[in-house]
Amino acid sequence: MSTSAQSRTPKTASRPGRTLAILGVVLVALLSLVFIQGATSVKLGLDLRGGTSVTLQPRIAAGTSGTVTSAAIDQAVSIIRQRVNSLGVAESEVTAQGSGANRQIVISVPGDTGRRVVDLVGQTAELRFRQVLVSGAPGATAVTGTAATPPPGVSAAINAQYAALDCTKAVNRQGTGTDRADQPIVACDRTGTSKFILAPAEVLGQDVSKASAAINQTTGSGWYVLLTFNDSGTTKFGALTTRVTKLAAPQNEVAIVLDGLVVSAPRINEAITAGNAEITGNFTQTDATDLSNVLKYGALPLAFDRGEVQQISPTLGSDQLHAGLLAGFIGLGLVLLYSLLYYRGLGVVSVGSLLIAGSITYMLFLLFGKWIGFTLTLAGIAGAIVAIGITADSFIVYFERIRDEVREGRSLRSAVETGWIRARRTIIVADFVSMIASALLYIFAVGGVRGFAFTLGLTTLIDLFVVFVFTKPIVTVLAKRKFYNSGHPLSGLSPKNLGVVITTPNAVKEA
Amino acid sequence: MSKLSGLGGRLYRGETSVDFIGKRRRWYAFSGVLIIASALALSIQGLHLGIEFKGGSAFTVTKTGISLPDARAAVASTKIPGDTIIQKLGTNKIRVQTAPLTTLQSNQVQDALAAKFGIATDAIDTQIVGPSWGKEITQKALYGLFGFLIVVLLYLAMAFEPKMAIAAIIAVIHDVFITVGIYALVGFDVTPATVIGFLTILGYSLYDTVVVFDKVRENTRTITSGSKMTYSQAANLAVNQTLVRSFNTSLIALLPVASILFVGAGLLGAGTLKDLSLALFIGLATGTYSSIFIATPILARLREREPAMQALAKRVAARTSAPAEAVVKATASSPSRTAVATAEKRGPRNQPKRKNRR
Repeated sequence: MSTSAQSRTPKTASRPGRTLAILGVVLVALLSLVFIQGATSVKLGLDLRGGTSVTLQPRIAAGTSGTVTSAAIDQAVSIIRQRVNSLGVAESEVTAQGSGANRQIVISVPGDTGRRVVDLVGQTAELRFRQVLVSGAPGATAVTGTAATPPPGVSAAINAQYAALDCTKAVNRQGTGTDRADQPIVACDRTGTSKFILAPAEVLGQDVSKASAAINQTTGSGWYVLLTFNDSGTTKFGALTTRVTKLAAPQNEVAIVLDGLVVSAPRINEAITAGNAEITGNFTQTDATDLSNVLKYGALPLAFDRGEVQQISPTLGSDQLHAGLLAGFIGLGLVLLYSLLYYRGLGVVSVGSLLIAGSITYMLFLLFGKWIGFTLTLAGIAGAIVAIGITADSFIVYFERIRDEVREGRSLRSAVETGWIRARRTIIVADFVSMIASALLYIFAVGGVRGFAFTLGLTTLIDLFVVFVFTKPIVTVLAKRKFYNSGHPLSGLSPKNLGVVITTPNAVKEA
Repeated sequence: MSKLSGLGGRLYRGETSVDFIGKRRRWYAFSGVLIIASALALSIQGLHLGIEFKGGSAFTVTKTGISLPDARAAVASTKIPGDTIIQKLGTNKIRVQTAPLTTLQSNQVQDALAAKFGIATDAIDTQIVGPSWGKEITQKALYGLFGFLIVVLLYLAMAFEPKMAIAAIIAVIHDVFITVGIYALVGFDVTPATVIGFLTILGYSLYDTVVVFDKVRENTRTITSGSKMTYSQAANLAVNQTLVRSFNTSLIALLPVASILFVGAGLLGAGTLKDLSLALFIGLATGTYSSIFIATPILARLREREPAMQALAKRVAARTSAPAEAVVKATASSPSRTAVATAEKRGPRNQPKRKNRR
């Protein structure tokens, strides 16, 4: 150990300038990224600015059997996102958190929309097959002329509703899961490109047994969707298609309606009585896969248990933000004060290190807000504050090591190097344990806990980085200065401070 | 402060030494009492679970001049089922906590409170937790706990020695148990934030243990080749040498936590910050205690059972059982003897040191 330390000493000692230059480059790079990306403010979580967050636990809807699949959750997320977007509140978010089929769906909507959000998101989304009665351009039309005389099978009331419906507005494309299966409805296309009057549902999502996307084997292009019904579905779909295939457009179309929105309305070319249907069109692979996912989801719809609802008023939000920041400043101040009092000159190093770690953390918060939608929550602030202690601990481990080495009788310059080699190991092991803890917290937790785990893990990494590229090299540089290596009383390395009595061999023999 | 530094020097050379390992039975007994007390508190009182675990709703109304009777009347008018807790937080906040409610019922409570105090329903901070939600997050917290213990056990076994990993994990379990016991005893609310606090503590408690064990390993690396110190003595020296460091790291870690606790409890009354920092605070204290008083003695005990270490202990005993007078001296000064030895070994290196110091 000591020989290897000896041989390494000159090498490590000669590098501080280079390492500090690396730090400078990283800092400048981060800063310019912040400006280039225009990330000027940290995105705040709902608990810091007010808003509503709802956590939903998906489960299989009553009356169906099967297991929740990961694909079904993805589908549910996109359905709920569609509903939430219809509120038109900027920065609303719908995400699935956790892993695989065991995920929760978290909806967060800023501002005062509390109740509407809660009512909107909890409904089960159903898949239905309905015959198209009327279809047309998405905009609202006046109830005059031909539109005033409803086509056969359409009541005047429905016709008026259809005329008034404006599918170009997002609010009308929300889908609420409240469409009645046994009633005719007016509906928008999912994308808002057309609107429909639809007959009562004849075939339901539960009647689908399989759906998949496939490619035409002979031509090698042209994606289509294969759809298979179960026994009752085969009979019902057979009857429906036999009837409508003889009618004129658009009444020979059957709309696939999910959550009250038309996903697709294919024309029925022939009576399909065998229970296997092919839906063709100008599908890309993505289109075909999306449609087959919708059909699969419809076969096994998810219901949602309302796990947790939190409504935070903007007042409480700003109170929490201020309290969090205040706690951070007090905590940082106390740590800085203690390091200066105890470590004197070396304390300056830990002040510098903490400030650098702090500014890197802040810049990363800004950038992650831009890149991965990172939002700072109260728990996240707490994680960052706790990390101040962990970061400062690394310096203490190193400083105490240096002092131990000096007590062993080394010169400061060599103590700085040999102490580093030993402290480095301890710091890496200890930080690694901290990172394991935050990674597991992140994987297993939901909501605010994840924010805590994320900031704790991030700041631990930053701590490692700062200790390696700033603290160590700066100590190496300082150790060459007379103020430190002469053991000035304020340097934190004076013999009195260290309690070093072994300055001469004689003193050793006395003990 | 500099007195403490001086103490650090004396502890380092073994001039001042606290016998942590020799008196282990005393610490074990102390921890045993704490653990029994925790078990009793847990079985008799149980944990005071927040609504996040048992389901329910909480409504917080903020208004100057708010009064408890008004709030009670408003809640009573809705005739909601189950126990309702209404408490005042600070001077102008009232928190109403109810059993699990339907959406309709919770809307009623919001409306009643809003009407009574003349505020908008959106100004009421509301938290609604479904009855099955608690099971979900409890399960996740337990997964997190076990996953953490296993991964850390494996990691420490690789980074250090398997026996160190075992001793560290025992210390962690000890910490969790005592912290949970304190929660049961005092009746603090257990919320998800508390659980985060617990899990973080596990990491922290290990941090401390890692620092001590690193030194133990260094002190005992070549121990079997000599006959100066038994494993326990070397380990004890390591604990003493890292005592100042442990004290400093714990104190530095406690300072920010204390500031969160102070601000969280003082300014906000209740919530994430208070719950989190309280758990951290209690856990940090037990974590520091266990890494010194529990983890290292257990490690020493585990290693002393090895034949090589027993042989070493015999050699050390034989060396020290010479004249009666020497016994006392030898045990007291054995650490400083190593200091002599190292100082002699490193004699030449002392020369350039003085050159540097001119």
